[in-house]
Amino acid sequence: MAFLEIDHVTKYFASPSGNGRVCIFRDATIKIEKGEFVTVIGHSGCGKSTLLNIIAGLETMTEGGVILNGKEVTGPGLDRMVVFQNFSLMPWMTVFENIRLAVRAAYPDWDRKAIADHVRKYIALVGLSGAEDKRPMALSGGMKQRVGLARAFSIEPKVLLLDEPFAQIDALTRGVIQEELVQMWNTTRNTVFMVTHDVDEAILLSDRIMLMTNGPSARIAEIVDVTIPRPRSRDTVIEHPHYYKIRNHVIHFLVRHASHATTVENAGSEDARGDTPLVVRF
Amino acid sequence: MAGLQGPQGTKKDALLITVSLLTVFLAAWHLFTLRPAFDAGGLTGDQLQTMEFNGDIVRTAEGAYAWNPEKEKVKGVPGPLAVLEKARAELSEAFVKKGTNDHGIAYLVLYTVTRFGAGFLVASVVAITLGVLLGLNKVLFQAVNPFIQILKPISPLAWMPLLLYTVKDPKWTAVLVVFMAALWPTLATTAFGVNSLRKDYLHVAAILQLSWVKRLYKVILPGAAPTIVNGLRISFGSALVAVVPAEMLLGELGVGYLSWIEWNNLDIAGVIFAILVVGVVGVVLDSGFNKLASLVTYQE
Repeated sequence: MAFLEIDHVTKYFASPSGNGRVCIFRDATIKIEKGEFVTVIGHSGCGKSTLLNIIAGLETMTEGGVILNGKEVTGPGLDRMVVFQNFSLMPWMTVFENIRLAVRAAYPDWDRKAIADHVRKYIALVGLSGAEDKRPMALSGGMKQRVGLARAFSIEPKVLLLDEPFAQIDALTRGVIQEELVQMWNTTRNTVFMVTHDVDEAILLSDRIMLMTNGPSARIAEIVDVTIPRPRSRDTVIEHPHYYKIRNHVIHFLVRHASHATTVENAGSEDARGDTPLVVRF
Repeated sequence: MAGLQGPQGTKKDALLITVSLLTVFLAAWHLFTLRPAFDAGGLTGDQLQTMEFNGDIVRTAEGAYAWNPEKEKVKGVPGPLAVLEKARAELSEAFVKKGTNDHGIAYLVLYTVTRFGAGFLVASVVAITLGVLLGLNKVLFQAVNPFIQILKPISPLAWMPLLLYTVKDPKWTAVLVVFMAALWPTLATTAFGVNSLRKDYLHVAAILQLSWVKRLYKVILPGAAPTIVNGLRISFGSALVAVVPAEMLLGELGVGYLSWIEWNNLDIAGVIFAILVVGVVGVVLDSGFNKLASLVTYQE
Protein backbone atom coordinates (compact mmCIF):
# COMPACT_ATOMS: atom_id res chain seq x y z
CA MET A 1 0.00 0.00 0.00
CA ALA A 2 1.27 3.41 -0.92
CA PHE A 3 2.04 6.03 1.75
CA LEU A 4 -0.69 8.41 0.58
CA GLU A 5 -3.57 7.02 -1.44
CA ILE A 6 -6.18 9.17 -3.05
CA ASP A 7 -8.82 6.69 -4.05
CA HIS A 8 -11.59 7.54 -6.51
CA VAL A 9 -12.20 10.94 -4.92
CA THR A 10 -15.15 12.72 -6.49
CA LYS A 11 -16.44 16.14 -5.58
CA TYR A 12 -19.81 17.68 -6.32
CA PHE A 13 -20.80 21.24 -5.47
CA ALA A 14 -24.38 22.40 -5.13
CA SER A 15 -25.34 23.99 -8.42
CA PRO A 16 -25.34 27.80 -8.27
CA SER A 17 -28.82 27.82 -9.83
CA GLY A 18 -30.08 26.07 -6.70
CA ASN A 19 -31.25 22.74 -8.05
CA GLY A 20 -29.05 19.74 -8.56
CA ARG A 21 -25.29 19.60 -8.26
CA VAL A 22 -22.25 20.05 -10.42
CA CYS A 23 -19.42 17.54 -10.60
CA ILE A 24 -16.12 19.36 -10.12
CA PHE A 25 -13.84 16.38 -10.66
CA ARG A 26 -14.31 12.66 -10.42
CA ASP A 27 -12.41 9.50 -9.68
CA ALA A 28 -9.16 11.19 -8.79
CA THR A 29 -6.91 8.24 -7.99
CA ILE A 30 -3.25 8.73 -7.12
CA LYS A 31 -0.83 6.56 -5.17
CA ILE A 32 1.99 8.59 -3.71
CA GLU A 33 5.05 6.94 -2.16
CA LYS A 34 6.77 8.22 0.93
CA GLY A 35 9.18 11.02 0.06
CA GLU A 36 7.68 11.56 -3.36
CA PHE A 37 7.01 15.01 -4.80
CA VAL A 38 3.83 15.02 -6.86
CA THR A 39 2.34 18.00 -8.65
CA VAL A 40 -1.07 18.58 -10.17
CA ILE A 41 -1.40 20.97 -13.11
CA GLY A 42 -4.64 22.05 -14.69
CA HIS A 43 -6.57 25.08 -15.81
CA SER A 44 -8.41 27.24 -13.29
CA GLY A 45 -11.67 25.66 -12.18
CA CYS A 46 -10.60 22.04 -12.63
CA GLY A 47 -10.79 21.58 -8.88
CA LYS A 48 -7.13 20.96 -8.16
CA SER A 49 -7.13 23.25 -5.13
CA THR A 50 -10.32 21.56 -3.94
CA LEU A 51 -8.54 18.21 -4.21
CA LEU A 52 -5.68 19.59 -2.14
CA ASN A 53 -8.13 20.88 0.48
CA ILE A 54 -9.78 17.46 0.61
CA ILE A 55 -6.42 15.84 1.31
CA ALA A 56 -5.83 18.50 3.97
CA GLY A 57 -9.21 17.64 5.49
CA LEU A 58 -10.45 21.21 5.11
CA GLU A 59 -13.14 20.16 2.63
CA THR A 60 -15.16 17.00 2.38
CA MET A 61 -15.27 14.72 -0.64
CA THR A 62 -18.55 13.47 -2.09
CA GLU A 63 -17.26 10.01 -2.93
CA GLY A 64 -14.04 8.12 -2.47
CA GLY A 65 -11.42 8.29 0.24
CA VAL A 66 -7.96 9.47 1.21
CA ILE A 67 -5.71 7.10 3.11
CA LEU A 68 -2.51 8.34 4.73
CA ASN A 69 -0.11 5.79 6.18
CA GLY A 70 -2.88 3.21 6.41
CA LYS A 71 -5.41 5.52 8.09
CA GLU A 72 -8.35 7.24 6.48
CA VAL A 73 -8.29 11.03 6.50
CA THR A 74 -11.40 12.38 8.24
CA GLY A 75 -10.42 15.96 9.03
CA PRO A 76 -7.52 18.38 9.24
CA GLY A 77 -4.49 17.36 11.26
CA LEU A 78 -0.90 18.18 12.08
CA ASP A 79 0.35 15.39 9.82
CA ARG A 80 -0.73 17.37 6.73
CA MET A 81 0.37 21.01 6.67
CA VAL A 82 -0.72 23.38 3.94
CA VAL A 83 1.34 26.19 2.42
CA PHE A 84 -1.32 28.62 1.22
CA GLN A 85 -1.33 30.66 -1.95
CA ASN A 86 -2.17 33.80 0.03
CA PHE A 87 0.30 32.89 2.78
CA SER A 88 -2.36 32.85 5.54
CA LEU A 89 -0.07 34.28 8.15
CA MET A 90 -1.80 35.83 11.14
CA PRO A 91 -1.26 39.56 10.51
CA TRP A 92 -1.43 40.37 14.22
CA MET A 93 1.47 38.04 15.01
CA THR A 94 5.18 38.55 14.32
CA VAL A 95 7.14 36.11 12.16
CA PHE A 96 8.34 34.38 15.31
CA GLU A 97 4.86 34.16 16.83
CA ASN A 98 3.35 32.80 13.63
CA ILE A 99 5.78 29.90 13.54
CA ARG A 100 5.66 29.43 17.30
CA LEU A 101 1.89 28.98 17.11
CA ALA A 102 2.47 25.97 14.87
CA VAL A 103 5.43 24.56 16.80
CA ARG A 104 3.58 24.81 20.11
CA ALA A 105 0.64 22.97 18.60
CA ALA A 106 2.81 20.24 17.13
CA TYR A 107 5.01 19.72 20.18
CA PRO A 108 2.85 20.48 23.22
CA ASP A 109 5.33 18.78 25.58
CA TRP A 110 8.29 20.95 24.72
CA ASP A 111 9.42 23.68 27.09
CA ARG A 112 9.70 27.34 26.16
CA LYS A 113 13.34 27.20 25.21
CA ALA A 114 13.04 24.11 23.03
CA ILE A 115 10.16 25.72 21.18
CA ALA A 116 12.02 29.01 20.71
CA ASP A 117 15.15 27.20 19.47
CA HIS A 118 13.12 25.17 17.01
CA VAL A 119 11.36 28.29 15.71
CA ARG A 120 14.68 30.12 15.26
CA LYS A 121 16.16 27.13 13.45
CA TYR A 122 13.44 27.22 10.82
CA ILE A 123 13.53 31.01 10.52
CA ALA A 124 17.26 30.67 9.82
CA LEU A 125 16.59 27.90 7.32
CA VAL A 126 14.51 30.25 5.16
CA GLY A 127 17.03 33.05 5.61
CA LEU A 128 14.81 35.32 7.69
CA SER A 129 17.01 35.62 10.77
CA GLY A 130 16.72 39.19 11.99
CA ALA A 131 13.12 39.52 10.83
CA GLU A 132 11.68 37.53 13.76
CA ASP A 133 9.86 40.48 15.27
CA LYS A 134 8.43 41.88 12.05
CA ARG A 135 4.76 41.54 11.27
CA PRO A 136 3.65 40.13 7.91
CA MET A 137 2.59 43.60 6.78
CA ALA A 138 6.24 44.68 6.82
CA LEU A 139 7.35 41.75 4.63
CA SER A 140 7.41 41.34 0.85
CA GLY A 141 5.37 38.55 -0.75
CA GLY A 142 8.47 36.39 -1.10
CA MET A 143 9.39 36.84 2.55
CA LYS A 144 5.82 36.09 3.61
CA GLN A 145 5.86 32.79 1.78
CA ARG A 146 9.26 31.97 3.29
CA VAL A 147 7.54 32.30 6.65
CA GLY A 148 4.73 30.09 5.33
CA LEU A 149 7.27 27.46 4.29
CA ALA A 150 9.14 27.72 7.59
CA ARG A 151 5.85 27.28 9.45
CA ALA A 152 4.96 24.22 7.38
CA PHE A 153 8.38 22.56 7.62
CA SER A 154 8.71 23.38 11.34
CA ILE A 155 5.99 20.96 12.39
CA GLU A 156 7.62 18.21 10.32
CA PRO A 157 4.39 16.97 8.75
CA LYS A 158 4.08 13.61 7.02
CA VAL A 159 2.69 15.36 3.95
CA LEU A 160 3.29 18.91 2.78
CA LEU A 161 0.47 20.36 0.72
CA LEU A 162 1.54 23.29 -1.43
CA ASP A 163 -1.41 25.22 -2.88
CA GLU A 164 0.02 27.36 -5.71
CA PRO A 165 2.57 28.59 -3.19
CA PHE A 166 4.43 30.96 -5.50
CA ALA A 167 1.55 32.30 -7.58
CA GLN A 168 1.50 35.65 -5.81
CA ILE A 169 5.23 36.21 -5.86
CA ASP A 170 7.08 38.14 -8.57
CA ALA A 171 8.86 36.00 -11.15
CA LEU A 172 12.42 36.74 -10.07
CA THR A 173 11.82 36.03 -6.41
CA ARG A 174 9.78 32.98 -7.32
CA GLY A 175 12.82 31.33 -8.92
CA VAL A 176 14.92 31.95 -5.83
CA ILE A 177 12.32 30.53 -3.45
CA GLN A 178 11.73 27.50 -5.67
CA GLU A 179 15.42 26.74 -5.38
CA GLU A 180 15.28 27.21 -1.61
CA LEU A 181 12.34 24.82 -1.50
CA VAL A 182 14.38 22.24 -3.46
CA GLN A 183 17.17 22.52 -0.91
CA MET A 184 14.85 22.25 2.07
CA TRP A 185 13.09 19.30 0.56
CA ASN A 186 16.44 17.61 -0.18
CA THR A 187 17.24 17.61 3.52
CA THR A 188 13.80 16.64 4.83
CA ARG A 189 12.43 14.52 1.99
CA ASN A 190 8.83 15.10 3.02
CA THR A 191 6.09 13.70 0.88
CA VAL A 192 4.77 16.67 -1.09
CA PHE A 193 1.54 17.24 -2.97
CA MET A 194 1.65 20.49 -4.90
CA VAL A 195 -0.90 22.32 -7.04
CA THR A 196 0.39 24.82 -9.58
CA HIS A 197 -0.13 26.61 -12.89
CA ASP A 198 3.56 26.94 -13.54
CA VAL A 199 4.99 24.20 -15.80
CA ASP A 200 8.65 25.07 -15.16
CA GLU A 201 8.05 25.01 -11.43
CA ALA A 202 6.42 21.60 -11.72
CA ILE A 203 9.33 20.14 -13.72
CA LEU A 204 11.96 21.58 -11.40
CA LEU A 205 10.33 20.25 -8.25
CA SER A 206 8.31 17.13 -9.06
CA ASP A 207 8.86 13.42 -9.46
CA ARG A 208 5.53 13.09 -11.23
CA ILE A 209 3.14 15.58 -12.74
CA MET A 210 -0.60 14.89 -12.89
CA LEU A 211 -2.41 16.60 -15.74
CA MET A 212 -6.03 17.42 -15.09
CA THR A 213 -8.65 18.07 -17.73
CA ASN A 214 -10.89 21.12 -17.57
CA GLY A 215 -13.92 21.16 -15.31
CA PRO A 216 -16.71 20.39 -14.79
CA SER A 217 -16.25 16.68 -14.34
CA ALA A 218 -12.49 17.09 -14.53
CA ARG A 219 -10.31 14.03 -14.19
CA ILE A 220 -6.65 13.16 -14.05
CA ALA A 221 -5.91 12.35 -17.70
CA GLU A 222 -2.17 11.83 -17.70
CA ILE A 223 0.68 11.24 -15.32
CA VAL A 224 4.04 12.49 -16.56
CA ASP A 225 7.22 11.04 -15.07
CA VAL A 226 9.87 13.71 -14.69
CA THR A 227 12.87 11.67 -15.77
CA ILE A 228 15.47 14.24 -14.86
CA PRO A 229 17.89 13.11 -12.14
CA ARG A 230 18.19 14.94 -8.84
CA PRO A 231 19.67 17.07 -7.46
CA ARG A 232 18.20 19.62 -9.80
CA SER A 233 18.73 23.33 -10.00
CA ARG A 234 17.17 25.87 -12.30
CA ASP A 235 20.19 26.26 -14.56
CA THR A 236 21.07 22.56 -14.89
CA VAL A 237 17.55 21.26 -15.27
CA ILE A 238 16.90 23.12 -18.53
CA GLU A 239 19.98 21.58 -20.11
CA HIS A 240 18.71 18.07 -19.64
CA PRO A 241 17.51 16.56 -22.95
CA HIS A 242 14.16 15.59 -21.43
CA TYR A 243 13.37 19.06 -20.11
CA TYR A 244 11.81 20.53 -23.23
CA LYS A 245 10.21 17.24 -24.21
CA ILE A 246 8.37 17.19 -20.88
CA ARG A 247 7.64 20.89 -20.98
CA ASN A 248 6.28 20.77 -24.51
CA HIS A 249 4.18 17.74 -23.70
CA VAL A 250 2.62 19.38 -20.67
CA ILE A 251 1.94 22.67 -22.43
CA HIS A 252 0.60 20.77 -25.41
CA PHE A 253 -1.81 18.99 -23.13
CA LEU A 254 -2.93 22.18 -21.42
CA VAL A 255 -3.45 24.07 -24.67
CA ARG A 256 -4.94 21.35 -26.87
CA HIS A 257 -6.12 18.35 -24.94
CA ALA A 258 -7.25 19.57 -21.54
CA SER A 259 -10.60 20.65 -22.95
CA HIS A 260 -10.90 17.77 -25.43
CA ALA A 261 -10.01 14.99 -23.07
CA THR A 262 -13.54 14.66 -21.71
CA THR A 263 -15.18 14.42 -25.11
CA VAL A 264 -12.59 11.91 -26.35
CA GLU A 265 -13.19 9.76 -23.31
CA ASN A 266 -16.97 10.04 -23.66
CA ALA A 267 -16.74 8.91 -27.27
CA GLY A 268 -14.71 5.90 -26.14
CA SER A 269 -15.85 3.44 -23.55
CA GLU A 270 -19.30 3.63 -21.98
CA ASP A 271 -17.82 2.88 -18.60
CA ALA A 272 -16.00 6.15 -18.13
CA ARG A 273 -15.44 5.57 -14.43
CA GLY A 274 -12.88 2.87 -14.88
CA ASP A 275 -10.42 4.63 -17.16
CA THR A 276 -6.94 5.03 -15.73
CA PRO A 277 -4.69 7.97 -16.52
CA LEU A 278 -2.17 7.59 -19.28
CA VAL A 279 1.39 7.28 -17.96
CA VAL A 280 3.83 9.35 -20.00
CA ARG A 281 7.55 8.69 -19.75
CA PHE A 282 10.34 10.07 -21.88
CA MET B 1 5.67 79.16 -0.66
CA ALA B 2 2.85 77.28 1.01
CA GLY B 3 3.37 74.35 -1.37
CA LEU B 4 6.95 73.90 -0.20
CA GLN B 5 6.10 73.42 3.44
CA GLY B 6 6.51 70.02 5.06
CA PRO B 7 4.04 68.33 7.41
CA GLN B 8 5.47 70.42 10.24
CA GLY B 9 4.51 73.59 8.38
CA THR B 10 1.01 72.29 7.66
CA LYS B 11 0.49 71.55 11.32
CA LYS B 12 1.64 75.04 12.25
CA ASP B 13 -0.71 76.58 9.69
CA ALA B 14 -3.65 74.56 10.99
CA LEU B 15 -2.90 75.62 14.55
CA LEU B 16 -2.70 79.23 13.47
CA ILE B 17 -6.09 78.99 11.79
CA THR B 18 -7.58 77.24 14.85
CA VAL B 19 -6.36 80.01 17.14
CA SER B 20 -7.63 82.74 14.79
CA LEU B 21 -11.04 81.09 14.51
CA LEU B 22 -11.27 80.85 18.30
CA THR B 23 -10.28 84.48 18.68
CA VAL B 24 -12.82 85.64 16.12
CA PHE B 25 -15.52 83.52 17.76
CA LEU B 26 -14.77 84.81 21.26
CA ALA B 27 -14.64 88.40 20.06
CA ALA B 28 -17.95 88.07 18.21
CA TRP B 29 -19.52 86.35 21.22
CA HIS B 30 -18.29 89.14 23.46
CA LEU B 31 -19.52 91.91 21.14
CA PHE B 32 -22.94 90.46 20.46
CA THR B 33 -23.65 89.80 24.14
CA LEU B 34 -22.39 93.18 25.32
CA ARG B 35 -25.18 95.09 27.09
CA PRO B 36 -25.17 98.91 26.94
CA ALA B 37 -24.75 100.67 30.28
CA PHE B 38 -27.95 102.10 31.82
CA ASP B 39 -28.75 105.52 30.46
CA ALA B 40 -31.08 107.51 32.73
CA GLY B 41 -31.45 110.37 30.22
CA GLY B 42 -35.08 110.91 29.08
CA LEU B 43 -36.59 109.12 32.07
CA THR B 44 -38.53 110.97 34.74
CA GLY B 45 -37.80 110.61 38.43
CA ASP B 46 -41.04 108.67 38.89
CA GLN B 47 -40.13 106.21 36.21
CA LEU B 48 -36.68 105.68 37.73
CA GLN B 49 -38.23 105.16 41.13
CA THR B 50 -40.61 102.51 39.75
CA MET B 51 -37.74 100.75 38.00
CA GLU B 52 -35.69 100.76 41.18
CA PHE B 53 -38.69 99.52 43.11
CA ASN B 54 -39.09 96.67 40.59
CA GLY B 55 -35.43 95.77 40.97
CA ASP B 56 -34.52 96.55 37.36
CA ILE B 57 -31.95 99.13 38.36
CA VAL B 58 -29.93 99.85 41.47
CA ARG B 59 -28.35 102.98 42.83
CA THR B 60 -24.56 102.80 42.90
CA ALA B 61 -22.32 104.21 45.64
CA GLU B 62 -21.87 107.37 43.58
CA GLY B 63 -25.66 107.90 43.51
CA ALA B 64 -26.05 107.14 39.78
CA TYR B 65 -28.37 104.42 38.47
CA ALA B 66 -27.12 101.16 36.84
CA TRP B 67 -28.73 97.90 35.67
CA ASN B 68 -29.31 95.45 38.52
CA PRO B 69 -26.46 92.90 38.07
CA GLU B 70 -28.64 90.07 39.48
CA LYS B 71 -31.30 90.62 36.81
CA GLU B 72 -28.60 91.05 34.13
CA LYS B 73 -27.71 87.38 34.56
CA VAL B 74 -30.92 86.23 32.93
CA LYS B 75 -31.17 88.93 30.31
CA GLY B 76 -29.86 87.69 26.94
CA VAL B 77 -26.93 85.32 26.62
CA PRO B 78 -23.97 85.81 28.92
CA GLY B 79 -20.69 86.80 27.30
CA PRO B 80 -17.40 84.89 27.45
CA LEU B 81 -16.18 86.89 30.41
CA ALA B 82 -19.24 85.92 32.45
CA VAL B 83 -18.68 82.25 31.59
CA LEU B 84 -15.00 82.57 32.46
CA GLU B 85 -15.94 84.11 35.80
CA LYS B 86 -18.38 81.23 36.43
CA ALA B 87 -15.74 78.66 35.44
CA ARG B 88 -13.24 80.21 37.82
CA ALA B 89 -15.77 80.11 40.64
CA GLU B 90 -16.70 76.49 39.93
CA LEU B 91 -13.13 75.28 39.52
CA SER B 92 -11.97 77.04 42.68
CA GLU B 93 -14.34 74.87 44.67
CA ALA B 94 -14.06 71.77 42.45
CA PHE B 95 -13.48 69.48 45.42
CA VAL B 96 -16.00 71.02 47.81
CA LYS B 97 -19.21 69.28 48.81
CA LYS B 98 -21.64 71.96 49.93
CA GLY B 99 -24.67 69.78 50.36
CA THR B 100 -26.36 66.57 49.20
CA ASN B 101 -26.98 67.97 45.75
CA ASP B 102 -24.24 70.57 45.52
CA HIS B 103 -20.97 68.79 44.87
CA GLY B 104 -17.90 70.35 43.29
CA ILE B 105 -17.30 69.95 39.56
CA ALA B 106 -14.52 67.38 40.10
CA TYR B 107 -17.01 65.10 41.89
CA LEU B 108 -19.59 65.59 39.15
CA VAL B 109 -17.07 64.60 36.48
CA LEU B 110 -16.06 61.59 38.56
CA TYR B 111 -19.71 60.48 38.92
CA THR B 112 -20.35 60.81 35.20
CA VAL B 113 -17.16 58.99 34.21
CA THR B 114 -17.86 56.17 36.68
CA ARG B 115 -21.46 55.81 35.50
CA PHE B 116 -20.38 55.88 31.87
CA GLY B 117 -17.47 53.51 32.46
CA ALA B 118 -19.55 50.93 34.31
CA GLY B 119 -22.31 50.87 31.69
CA PHE B 120 -19.90 50.85 28.77
CA LEU B 121 -17.63 48.16 30.23
CA VAL B 122 -20.43 45.73 31.12
CA ALA B 123 -22.15 46.36 27.78
CA SER B 124 -18.89 45.70 25.92
CA VAL B 125 -18.24 42.41 27.70
CA VAL B 126 -21.81 41.22 27.11
CA ALA B 127 -21.83 42.43 23.49
CA ILE B 128 -18.49 40.86 22.57
CA THR B 129 -19.41 37.53 24.20
CA LEU B 130 -22.77 37.37 22.43
CA GLY B 131 -21.28 38.74 19.22
CA VAL B 132 -18.63 36.01 19.07
CA LEU B 133 -21.29 33.33 19.66
CA LEU B 134 -23.49 34.75 16.92
CA GLY B 135 -20.55 35.27 14.59
CA LEU B 136 -19.48 31.65 14.90
CA ASN B 137 -22.93 30.18 14.41
CA LYS B 138 -24.69 31.23 11.21
CA VAL B 139 -28.02 29.64 12.16
CA LEU B 140 -28.06 31.30 15.56
CA PHE B 141 -27.10 34.60 13.95
CA GLN B 142 -29.93 34.42 11.45
CA ALA B 143 -32.36 33.46 14.20
CA VAL B 144 -31.37 36.32 16.51
CA ASN B 145 -30.66 39.00 13.90
CA PRO B 146 -34.32 40.21 13.61
CA PHE B 147 -34.35 41.00 17.34
CA ILE B 148 -31.10 42.92 17.07
CA GLN B 149 -32.40 44.84 14.07
CA ILE B 150 -35.53 45.89 15.98
CA LEU B 151 -33.80 46.70 19.25
CA LYS B 152 -30.80 48.49 17.75
CA PRO B 153 -32.47 51.68 16.50
CA ILE B 154 -34.41 52.29 19.73
CA SER B 155 -33.06 55.33 21.51
CA PRO B 156 -31.55 54.18 24.81
CA LEU B 157 -33.55 56.92 26.55
CA ALA B 158 -36.78 55.27 25.42
CA TRP B 159 -36.00 52.43 27.79
CA MET B 160 -35.70 54.74 30.77
CA PRO B 161 -39.25 54.71 32.14
CA LEU B 162 -39.42 50.94 31.90
CA LEU B 163 -35.99 50.54 33.48
CA LEU B 164 -36.84 52.98 36.25
CA TYR B 165 -40.06 51.08 36.89
CA THR B 166 -38.35 47.70 37.02
CA VAL B 167 -35.11 48.45 38.88
CA LYS B 168 -36.76 51.20 40.99
CA ASP B 169 -33.44 52.98 41.47
CA PRO B 170 -32.37 55.99 39.40
CA LYS B 171 -28.70 55.28 40.10
CA TRP B 172 -28.84 51.90 38.35
CA THR B 173 -31.28 53.12 35.75
CA ALA B 174 -28.72 55.68 34.56
CA VAL B 175 -26.07 52.93 34.28
CA LEU B 176 -28.52 50.72 32.42
CA VAL B 177 -29.35 53.47 29.94
CA VAL B 178 -25.64 53.74 29.16
CA PHE B 179 -25.56 49.94 28.92
CA MET B 180 -28.41 49.91 26.41
CA ALA B 181 -26.74 52.65 24.38
CA ALA B 182 -23.42 50.79 24.24
CA LEU B 183 -24.74 47.27 23.67
CA TRP B 184 -26.04 47.13 20.10
CA PRO B 185 -23.29 48.62 17.95
CA THR B 186 -20.63 46.39 19.52
CA LEU B 187 -22.88 43.33 19.36
CA ALA B 188 -23.71 43.80 15.68
CA THR B 189 -20.17 44.58 14.54
CA THR B 190 -18.59 41.81 16.62
CA ALA B 191 -20.93 39.24 15.08
CA PHE B 192 -20.09 40.63 11.65
CA GLY B 193 -16.35 40.73 12.32
CA VAL B 194 -16.18 37.15 13.59
CA ASN B 195 -18.43 35.93 10.80
CA SER B 196 -16.36 37.56 8.07
CA LEU B 197 -13.01 36.54 9.55
CA ARG B 198 -10.87 35.16 6.74
CA LYS B 199 -11.44 31.43 6.46
CA ASP B 200 -7.70 30.87 5.98
CA TYR B 201 -7.02 31.80 9.59
CA LEU B 202 -9.56 29.25 10.75
CA HIS B 203 -8.08 26.70 8.35
CA VAL B 204 -4.65 27.20 9.88
CA ALA B 205 -6.17 26.83 13.34
CA ALA B 206 -7.95 23.65 12.23
CA ILE B 207 -4.80 22.08 10.77
CA LEU B 208 -2.85 22.96 13.92
CA GLN B 209 -5.64 21.31 15.95
CA LEU B 210 -5.89 24.25 18.32
CA SER B 211 -8.28 23.80 21.24
CA TRP B 212 -11.37 26.02 21.09
CA VAL B 213 -9.99 28.25 23.85
CA LYS B 214 -6.79 28.80 21.89
CA ARG B 215 -8.77 29.20 18.70
CA LEU B 216 -10.80 31.95 20.40
CA TYR B 217 -7.92 33.83 22.04
CA LYS B 218 -5.18 33.29 19.47
CA VAL B 219 -7.15 33.49 16.24
CA ILE B 220 -10.78 34.60 16.39
CA LEU B 221 -10.62 37.52 18.83
CA PRO B 222 -7.36 39.03 17.56
CA GLY B 223 -8.48 38.47 13.99
CA ALA B 224 -11.80 40.22 14.53
CA ALA B 225 -10.27 42.87 16.81
CA PRO B 226 -10.20 45.72 14.27
CA THR B 227 -13.91 45.25 13.51
CA ILE B 228 -14.77 44.83 17.19
CA VAL B 229 -12.91 48.04 18.00
CA ASN B 230 -14.92 49.87 15.34
CA GLY B 231 -18.11 48.67 17.04
CA LEU B 232 -16.78 49.71 20.43
CA ARG B 233 -16.02 53.16 19.04
CA ILE B 234 -19.61 53.60 17.85
CA SER B 235 -20.90 52.28 21.20
CA PHE B 236 -18.56 54.65 22.99
CA GLY B 237 -19.98 57.69 21.23
CA SER B 238 -23.53 56.50 21.66
CA ALA B 239 -23.02 55.88 25.40
CA LEU B 240 -21.41 59.27 25.83
CA VAL B 241 -24.39 60.91 24.16
CA ALA B 242 -26.84 58.96 26.35
CA VAL B 243 -25.24 59.62 29.73
CA VAL B 244 -25.97 63.39 29.73
CA PRO B 245 -29.77 63.29 29.20
CA ALA B 246 -30.01 60.26 31.49
CA GLU B 247 -28.53 62.33 34.29
CA MET B 248 -30.78 65.26 33.46
CA LEU B 249 -33.96 63.21 33.49
CA LEU B 250 -33.08 61.07 36.50
CA GLY B 251 -31.58 63.88 38.56
CA GLU B 252 -28.44 61.89 39.18
CA LEU B 253 -25.40 64.00 40.10
CA GLY B 254 -23.03 64.43 37.16
CA VAL B 255 -22.04 66.86 34.44
CA GLY B 256 -25.32 66.35 32.58
CA TYR B 257 -27.15 67.08 35.81
CA LEU B 258 -25.04 70.20 36.27
CA SER B 259 -26.27 71.61 32.98
CA TRP B 260 -29.88 71.00 33.98
CA ILE B 261 -29.57 72.33 37.51
CA GLU B 262 -27.92 75.53 36.24
CA TRP B 263 -30.85 75.94 33.87
CA ASN B 264 -33.20 75.53 36.81
CA ASN B 265 -31.17 78.18 38.63
CA LEU B 266 -31.50 80.38 35.53
CA ASP B 267 -27.71 80.61 35.50
CA ILE B 268 -27.04 80.61 31.77
CA ALA B 269 -23.29 81.09 32.24
CA GLY B 270 -23.43 77.92 34.35
CA VAL B 271 -25.23 76.07 31.56
CA ILE B 272 -22.54 77.08 29.06
CA PHE B 273 -19.85 76.07 31.52
CA ALA B 274 -21.53 72.66 31.95
CA ILE B 275 -21.65 72.18 28.17
CA LEU B 276 -17.94 72.91 27.95
CA VAL B 277 -17.21 70.41 30.73
CA VAL B 278 -19.19 67.73 28.86
CA GLY B 279 -17.09 68.45 25.78
CA VAL B 280 -13.79 68.25 27.65
CA VAL B 281 -14.79 64.99 29.39
CA GLY B 282 -15.74 63.54 25.99
CA VAL B 283 -12.43 64.51 24.39
CA VAL B 284 -10.39 63.05 27.25
CA LEU B 285 -12.34 59.75 27.28
CA ASP B 286 -12.17 59.51 23.50
CA SER B 287 -8.41 59.96 23.30
CA GLY B 288 -7.99 57.37 26.04
CA PHE B 289 -10.13 54.98 24.02
CA ASN B 290 -8.11 55.57 20.87
CA LYS B 291 -4.90 54.77 22.75
CA LEU B 292 -6.39 51.45 23.88
CA ALA B 293 -7.75 50.70 20.42
CA SER B 294 -4.38 51.18 18.74
CA LEU B 295 -2.98 48.38 20.92
CA VAL B 296 -5.23 45.68 19.47
CA THR B 297 -5.63 46.66 15.83
CA TYR B 298 -3.38 45.41 13.06
CA GLN B 299 -2.85 46.10 9.37
CA GLU B 300 -3.07 43.38 6.77
